[in-house]
Amino acid sequence: MFEDYIPFFIQLAIASGLSLTLLKGGELLGPSRPNRIKIMPYESGMDPVGSARQRYSIKFYLVAMIFIVFDVEIVFLYPWAISFQDFLAAGVGLEVLGIVIVFIVILAIGLIYDIKKGGLEFD
Amino acid sequence: MGLPWYWTAIIAFAIINFLLISASVLVYAERKVSAAMQNRPGPNRVGPAGFLQPFADVAKLLLKENIVPAMANPFVHSLAPFLMVAIAMTAGALIPFARGVVIADTDMGVLVLLALTSITVYGVTLAGWSSNSKYSLLGGLRASAQMISYELSMGLAVLSVVLMSGTFNLVDIVEGQSGGMAVLGWNFFKNPIGALLFIVTAFAETNRTPFDLPEAEQELVGGYHTEYSGMKFGMFFLAEYVNFFVASFFIVTLFFGGFLVPFEPAMISIFPSLDGSILLGAMQIGTVLLKAGFFAYLFIWVRWTLPRFKYNQLMTLGWKYLLPIALVNVVVIAIIMTVMQYL
Amino acid sequence: MAGQILFFALAVTAIAAGVGVVWSRSPINSALWLILNLFCIAGLYLTLNAQFIAVIQILVYAGAIMVLFLFVIMLLNLSEMPSVTRFTIARLFGFFLVMGVLALLTYAVAAGLDVLPERIVPAAAAVSGSPSTLARSLFTEYALPFEIIGILLLAATVGAVIIAKRKPV
Repeated sequence: MFEDYIPFFIQLAIASGLSLTLLKGGELLGPSRPNRIKIMPYESGMDPVGSARQRYSIKFYLVAMIFIVFDVEIVFLYPWAISFQDFLAAGVGLEVLGIVIVFIVILAIGLIYDIKKGGLEFD
Repeated sequence: MGLPWYWTAIIAFAIINFLLISASVLVYAERKVSAAMQNRPGPNRVGPAGFLQPFADVAKLLLKENIVPAMANPFVHSLAPFLMVAIAMTAGALIPFARGVVIADTDMGVLVLLALTSITVYGVTLAGWSSNSKYSLLGGLRASAQMISYELSMGLAVLSVVLMSGTFNLVDIVEGQSGGMAVLGWNFFKNPIGALLFIVTAFAETNRTPFDLPEAEQELVGGYHTEYSGMKFGMFFLAEYVNFFVASFFIVTLFFGGFLVPFEPAMISIFPSLDGSILLGAMQIGTVLLKAGFFAYLFIWVRWTLPRFKYNQLMTLGWKYLLPIALVNVVVIAIIMTVMQYL
Repeated sequence: MAGQILFFALAVTAIAAGVGVVWSRSPINSALWLILNLFCIAGLYLTLNAQFIAVIQILVYAGAIMVLFLFVIMLLNLSEMPSVTRFTIARLFGFFLVMGVLALLTYAVAAGLDVLPERIVPAAAAVSGSPSTLARSLFTEYALPFEIIGILLLAATVGAVIIAKRKPV
């Protein structure tokens, strides 16, 4: 029911208000005297070499893609987890358990494949 | 809750202030505990035993200059700390403090918690990207890759609790642990592997040692908040402490009986008038604070005891150990439930 | 009444955010608009009493897929797109085509307005959209499609690794 979530949104609004107050408070109370050296990005005291906007390793992208797959898998398991006791009570627990184990095994194969292929190596 | 909205707003405001004060107490506790572990006095100048040190720190941070690096995106640079604090504080709405004392008692409680955890990654990613600094970008990338990797195991640990409780509602999950005199009924005893997985992933999600690689000083300077100063840096700092305090509450709620006072059923059978009284409510709030306080102490204790992982060790642990263990744990619990049904 | 105001507020914000996604020159702004859009859609699900779908929307789209988008922006460091103002016949044609589709959709929705059975969301929607109802059909009637989803996800994992780990030629 939507009404159940109104308190949650009230908390969200107050939390955002606090966060904004801190942000703006810091900006208003503190001095602001930027100069070229001060706003230079930190690079261990040296002048920055090149741009920070460079291309980085694809490995992080691979982690994010594999993450999406497993996140979706876990999302499919939530309805099962919440009603597994009902399935057991209705006497179809074994069938449903079999279906879910097959599903998990299929995805475990994917995980093993990723590990064997070195898709998750960070050296 | 059937309360009018302004009462909800007042309670929400109180809880947010409670989290703010707790964060400053935890900052002080962390400095004192680390000092004790390293045989030094720690902060002892501001106020009695240095107790006012966190307030002095806040005043200092507020009065410091807020530096936005050249070529940075100023809007996103401010958005990132804003999101961190706002999300950390919002999670407080889901904590059941006592029977009937919870702001958002929704049927999707656990999933809302996981959704909030998953959007915390934004703050880190955006902070790393917007600063236009190599250290920030690398720190942000590492932090977000770490957080999403451990989110999976956290989701599966939560799933194992949902499997046993048959509900997403956090209050119902707490009430489901009331067997065994409200101590032996804890999910920790029924599902110890899930509890350990949740605690480990909570450390990783809040970027606390041994998972504090995003801000590994020796290699990445300050990580994703290298280029933050003044109150914006303070907001990342505040969010870290609020996050691990809130995480302690959820460890307690999911696995350690939440607000249930140990031997509560026995006490009620001896003093029937206790049931539903304000005294019992106060005892429940005291219990949950004590339990959560222990886990907050654990966060500090571990930080000053364990060294930091290497990045490849961290990813190996997350993907090759925790994720398979979490999957097997869910399957084993389901099999045990089925066997018990058919016996 | 309050429900309708909420619906229109969320719908208008969602559309405005959608326009923001295509209008922004910088990819990070597009991504931020898309996040706002996803949250508005989640809000719409919530007003339809589909709380499970609303939370899943945040968990999967905002929590996982948008993180991937942000990773792409960070890893490739996409800069602002150059502004294209050149006028071509193809653009003119595209404009009229899009307007035509928009008119058709508007007509279809307007014609369907009084055919719709009920404007107010029934409380029963909360039951039919609940995770246990979903589970009942997913694990009995639709068990085979469910396993096929598993194989689809497996293919996605394998594909991701093959594309990313391809040796440079």
